[in-house]
Amino acid sequence: MSAIPLASEPGLPGAAPPPTAAPRARAERGEARRARRWYSQPALIIGIGIMAIILAAIIAGPLLSPYNPNAQNLNATLLGPSAHHLLGTDQLGRDVFTRLLYGTRLDLRIAFIAVLFPFTLGIILGSLAGYFGGWVDTVVMRVVDVVVAFPFYVLLIALVFVLGPGERSIYIAITLVGWVSYARIIRGEILVAKRQDYILAAQSGGLGSLRIMRRHLLPNVITQAIVYSMSDIVQDIVAIVTLGYFGLGVPPPTADLGSMINDGQNFLSTHWQLTTFPGLVVVLVGLGLSLIGDGLADILRPGQA
Amino acid sequence: MTAPEETQPPGTQPAATGPAGPGAGPAGTVLEVRDLHVRIASRQGTVRAVDGVSFDVGAGEALGLVGESGSGKSMTLRAVLGVLPPEARVTSGEILLDGVNLVARTQRELNQIRGTKMSMIFQEPMSALNPVMRVGRQIAEGPQVNLGFSRAKAAERALELMRRVGIPDPERRFRAYPHEFSGGMRQRVMIAIALSCDPEVILCDEPTTALDVTIQDQILRLLARLCRESGVSLVFVTHDLPVVAQICQRVSVMYGGQLVESGAVSDVLLDPRHPYTLGLVRSAPDFDYVRESLVPIPGAPPSLISPPPGCRFHPRCEFAEEDCRVSETPLRLLPGGRATACLHYERVLDAVAADRAQS
Amino acid sequence: MTTADSAASQPAAAPLSAREVSVFFPVGSQVMARVQGDERLLRAVDGVDLEVGRGEALALVGESGSGKSTLALALSGLQPVNSGEIKLNGTTVGARRSLADRRRVQMVFQDPYSSLNPRLTVGSVLRELLRVHHVVPRGEVGAESKRLLTLVGLPEEAVGAYPRQFSGGQRQRIAIARALALRPEVLIADEPVSALDVSVQATILNLLASLRAELGLSLLLISHNLAVVRHLCDRVAVMYLGRIVEVASTEQLFGDPRHPYTRALLAAIPRLAAGAPDAEAPAISGDPPSPLNIPAGCRFRTRCPIAQQRCEEEDPELTGAAEAPGHLAACHFAFTPAPPAGNGLARAGEQA
Repeated sequence: MSAIPLASEPGLPGAAPPPTAAPRARAERGEARRARRWYSQPALIIGIGIMAIILAAIIAGPLLSPYNPNAQNLNATLLGPSAHHLLGTDQLGRDVFTRLLYGTRLDLRIAFIAVLFPFTLGIILGSLAGYFGGWVDTVVMRVVDVVVAFPFYVLLIALVFVLGPGERSIYIAITLVGWVSYARIIRGEILVAKRQDYILAAQSGGLGSLRIMRRHLLPNVITQAIVYSMSDIVQDIVAIVTLGYFGLGVPPPTADLGSMINDGQNFLSTHWQLTTFPGLVVVLVGLGLSLIGDGLADILRPGQA
Repeated sequence: MTAPEETQPPGTQPAATGPAGPGAGPAGTVLEVRDLHVRIASRQGTVRAVDGVSFDVGAGEALGLVGESGSGKSMTLRAVLGVLPPEARVTSGEILLDGVNLVARTQRELNQIRGTKMSMIFQEPMSALNPVMRVGRQIAEGPQVNLGFSRAKAAERALELMRRVGIPDPERRFRAYPHEFSGGMRQRVMIAIALSCDPEVILCDEPTTALDVTIQDQILRLLARLCRESGVSLVFVTHDLPVVAQICQRVSVMYGGQLVESGAVSDVLLDPRHPYTLGLVRSAPDFDYVRESLVPIPGAPPSLISPPPGCRFHPRCEFAEEDCRVSETPLRLLPGGRATACLHYERVLDAVAADRAQS
Repeated sequence: MTTADSAASQPAAAPLSAREVSVFFPVGSQVMARVQGDERLLRAVDGVDLEVGRGEALALVGESGSGKSTLALALSGLQPVNSGEIKLNGTTVGARRSLADRRRVQMVFQDPYSSLNPRLTVGSVLRELLRVHHVVPRGEVGAESKRLLTLVGLPEEAVGAYPRQFSGGQRQRIAIARALALRPEVLIADEPVSALDVSVQATILNLLASLRAELGLSLLLISHNLAVVRHLCDRVAVMYLGRIVEVASTEQLFGDPRHPYTRALLAAIPRLAAGAPDAEAPAISGDPPSPLNIPAGCRFRTRCPIAQQRCEEEDPELTGAAEAPGHLAACHFAFTPAPPAGNGLARAGEQA
């Protein structure tokens, strides 16, 4: 972290000294701390490790398993784990391990994409509400109140039911329900940030509102939203799995963790691996992403800028 | 200024050289700090926040402790009261209150001493007062807990104190909350709390910095009056030189964690003997002397983790010589009850005379 | 400025002037207030007339609650006014100022730690302003940024640095550079040195003085520190509870104050040479009234040592006298040969 080359320059006429050695040193320590933390933050490391393993597995999917996830083989149903089928087969003879790989890949992809839309929509509406206040704020916040009044899953399931199963419905439903958290977070941050003198200075400089929001406010307030999005992905994954479990997700025969859990539950007493392993994957992914989120939250904690 | 009572050189006692002599007179030293060192642990290294500070305060006397940010003045005060932040520790030195060394005491013993013999008033009354407790109760708390007063008696005392510090309509205000008071009134409440157990010393950490000029004037006069009437001593920390002149008889100037000059207020501020003091006086706009231009002090305050060798001020000093870079600079006594840490203070004398000739 | 200037009623219109400006803040729930027919208003600025001449340094002095910061924001165009008008070079400006008008008045804020965007480099802040306003041709934007930094005594390399790499005094210089980027006619500085160490204040004050001389800038300095004001400004306006109570040249004001509040303010200033005060009584007792409840008649009468019956009935205008040109005071007895004796009102009556 570059120190203050300017203040210590002896030639500068009356180079202004820092008001305290302590805050400056503290800021510098904060920089060093943040850089160091990236490596020494155990939560972050473990989280990244878990996700790395999972991502590697699903990317390498086709290489790891020769089977087609949807290929049925009614002669080889409900086999236990063996050399040919690492985790056995399900009731239609499909290789469980392969379905696990492809299913995880699908669900993760949907979750990561799904989180982007509420993120964007929420930030836009939250910024407008926070910055302009007045009736914009009132309208947006009342809509937020309405959405928030419904439990998340109730609304989600109702929407998907109406829109019909499939990937697109999932995106639409999650967006319509999930934007509110982002909007609230950003609105709150902007309400505070817009009182800062540097925003007043920008306004006095005649810069337009949109420019101020985009260039001056957003970079300073977006970290909270990013941290939140980590936990939002986890929530989305669970939501997608749940929808799949209820048969409202991606339609069969596509491999999907939720439907796998559903399919396997009839055989819990005899072939527990059919349900348990998809469940474990969900837990692991959730754990990994949560740890990453925790680590990010610590690193991006405000007050170290 | 480490002179213990018996061997005090002539003239170092709080003399009546200040325009307002203390009413109680130099009856003896109430608080004595000897060679205090406070270190703060940090990731960059050990911060030598207070590095060998000594001073004494007599009964009924007001001592000013002046410095800018990072000079160590607030840390000194907190060390004296025993309320240092967790990373900071007193590593050596003594703090003698009525001859009893506070450094060695346990928290419980310190709690007894705090509030009864020694108390503190802070800069921001809003954060120093409990916002959800009624003001009267906060003032009465001290006597109740520390002096064993009954609730009724403590309330009586609180009312009396409120009157004494000039809070109007005390019976009604007793039941008010801090947020219902103005800044100046809250400061008076804090002073009442500080007085509640009849302390011998009140430590003041920039109590008027956040106040308007007219309110500051009221509070300073109040403190001066209380000092006179009850013989309580003050240690007054501030960065504002004229404020020190208003209320203190003696002043010590701090820089980089050390004392660089001390003496009677009018001597030190109008006729300094240390380049830093001179720099402070020259750079601060004073209402009465309108200089042609203000002369800032070049450079930056020293790092307290690895301070410059020798005199800590030498990198910024216009009079610096070779020996300033190597020799230690403890306070040396000068005639007239003054002391300076500057090895070449005669240069300062010349500069002061030149300034005066110009204006 | 020539008489050909269309909107100006007279030649050489002042760069910045205010007439009967008021700023009110409604307090509490508006709906309830309307239902009860009792709208509580915080009168931050209550009818102010002010003029900053070309190249002049005018100080706006007052304590908390005087409205000086709100007035500064209003003059900068950052706070809408409820009544009155603000003129730039003789032309009235409305709530939304044009880009050209925005350039004319720029502001420097008190807190050096919140007045710079922590995520933008110094250079990008300056370049953005220069580009949006087309101050210089596109190609010269970089050079102009460096020139601005040099103007305030910072090295050119500062363009690539972030605010956190600078000290408080340096940040204030950056803030001044930013304010100067648009080549304003008037610079409004709201307590520019209050948050800085004493020895650093001097550098900023010297900088402001030299910039004034070099650029012919008008300066409106908001400060509670009268020593700073005396050092830097030509004229002083004293504010109390939203109104200007006295205006005069610096020497006139400090040498011969006419308004009782000004006198009290001056008496309250701690002096380096004065030593501890002899008088028991402070310069002024009690607390100022709340801006929600401004006293009828003269607003200072509740703490005024010479308040009379008339003061309760009549609100004094800001007027002058022939013998003291340019010196205005809002007191019935400002220029009377023998002001009434103190009636002990201020001593006895402590304000709640």
